[in-house]
Amino acid sequence: MNERLRFIWRRLLQGIPTILLIIIACFFLLKLAPGDAAEVLAGESGAATKEYVDTLRTKFQLDKPVPVQLAAYVKNVLTLDLGYSFRQGTSVSSLIASRLVPTLLLMGAALGFAIVAGIVLGMAASNRPGGWVDQFVSVLSLLAYSMPMFWAGLMLIVVFSLRLEWFPTSGMEEVAMFHEGWTRVLDIAEHLVLPALTLSLFYLALFMRLMRAAMLEQRGMDYVVTARAKGLTERQILTRHVARNALLPIITMIGIQMGNLVGGSVIVETVFGWPGLGQLAFDSLFARDLNLLMGIFVVSAVLVVVVNILVDITYTLIDPRIKAA
Amino acid sequence: MSEFFQRFARNRAAVLGIGILAVIIVVALAAPLLFGADPFKLQGKPMVPPLTGGFLFGTDMLGRDVAAGVAYGARTTLLIGVIATTVAVTLGLLVGGVCGFFGGKLDVLLMRVTELFQTIPSFLFAIVIVAILGPTITNVIVAIALVTWPPVARLTRGEFMSMCNREFVHACVCAGVQDWKIILRHILPNCAPAIIVTASLMVANAVLIESSLSFLGLSDPNVMTWGLMIGAGRVALRAAWWVCAIPGIAILLTALAINLAGDGLNDSLNPRLKNA
Repeated sequence: MNERLRFIWRRLLQGIPTILLIIIACFFLLKLAPGDAAEVLAGESGAATKEYVDTLRTKFQLDKPVPVQLAAYVKNVLTLDLGYSFRQGTSVSSLIASRLVPTLLLMGAALGFAIVAGIVLGMAASNRPGGWVDQFVSVLSLLAYSMPMFWAGLMLIVVFSLRLEWFPTSGMEEVAMFHEGWTRVLDIAEHLVLPALTLSLFYLALFMRLMRAAMLEQRGMDYVVTARAKGLTERQILTRHVARNALLPIITMIGIQMGNLVGGSVIVETVFGWPGLGQLAFDSLFARDLNLLMGIFVVSAVLVVVVNILVDITYTLIDPRIKAA
Repeated sequence: MSEFFQRFARNRAAVLGIGILAVIIVVALAAPLLFGADPFKLQGKPMVPPLTGGFLFGTDMLGRDVAAGVAYGARTTLLIGVIATTVAVTLGLLVGGVCGFFGGKLDVLLMRVTELFQTIPSFLFAIVIVAILGPTITNVIVAIALVTWPPVARLTRGEFMSMCNREFVHACVCAGVQDWKIILRHILPNCAPAIIVTASLMVANAVLIESSLSFLGLSDPNVMTWGLMIGAGRVALRAAWWVCAIPGIAILLTALAINLAGDGLNDSLNPRLKNA
């Protein structure tokens, strides 16, 4: 147990330089922008006053040498002081905080569905390689790999919202209805179906393929022969032994795909008007509010680093063989 | 070589992929002949449904020919896809090659950077790059290349490391061959199959990233792309679904064709993997 705690501690420490590097990369990205970083941060729209631009210039110490500027920038970000959005009329950190929950809800629902459906379909496909389930799964995954996510979302809207009128076209809830309690939960769930499905398609395909391959690989292992020899039923072997081992690559893949999931949610939220971080990023693009965009980028990058650490820790809990590598 | 073609031709899905790709390339090349010089030109009444009024794919909200947009969009998308992948592969080969061949502290440092690039949300990173540098074709290519090179670097590093332990490389070192000659003449050709397969699949990814960026409005507004058409058409989704649907099918078919051809390439270039 002590060793495990030490691993968790070490993994957390490893995250720190990564986060620092991300912030430094953001600083140099801002330096690349045409013009003075203060003007870029204030938004090129002219919405910011001259005084504000001057305040920014002193705050980021843009009259000082580059290392001093960098130190000031890193300090501001680390203290969660991400600046002020003139367009939205509030501070960037509070804007991001208010949009974080809808994004996490969307990403969580999409990932959850992709994992469960991916595992089930992948196991079904591995049951009879070359059978009709397997064929169906491979065609589905090929399509999902090649389909632009925003287009899939729009087509789902055309079919299920505009033609069949089963689901609402956009938003997270009917604000005007003042739903409360369970009716509100149901309302949000109804709004969640299409966006979550759109976001999950790619990951569903990925997890299906991964689960199928892992199941087929694990089946040939010696421990399966042992399990069979000691008289377990095929069902017990598959669910208790093979599937458990086949789950490991899926957990690794969740960590790897976190960054992509954030990018996907920008697209999906834009298509479905889902009021999360992605929609905020799109709005900031339109308003040329680069400071807000950078804030969202930094926060999501840190989020991804944190989730990756959590995935690594989960991994050691599930598979005790894995020692701090 | 002929064995390679035979193996490739036996893979029906891969041949289908190459066929679709050939059609798209021909349409892209012939776009000015088929639809005139300007895809943004108004050609008729707005929102004419497909197959009516002489328009194969109908017209959009302004009366522009959707078919012309699709043909011109193919030019932009394929061009950006291929160039961005070339840049990304070059960058990946450089980083991965240096890491794999020389190792040491430089390897540790560069691999940390590669990991960093793999951790950050890549699409959001691409958005930030284009938003800051400005929406031009060059910047879109830079953004796509910057977010897609890490897998090539890792692959190249792995291949180089395993090659460096082989007898023929040891022999070269003993014979006093210069490092750059060993890399270019002896190691690189042996890694080529794996890298070619990865690169071909990366083109499909680049096409998808490019169309997502232009869907969000992050592309040169004077150059027709499929993402731009869909982004502009989504306001009239209810009245004119085809303005969004048809360019999307073009993206889907292109990415699908490249994926099929890439898988076929993988099976015929690396036949050992198939048996494993």
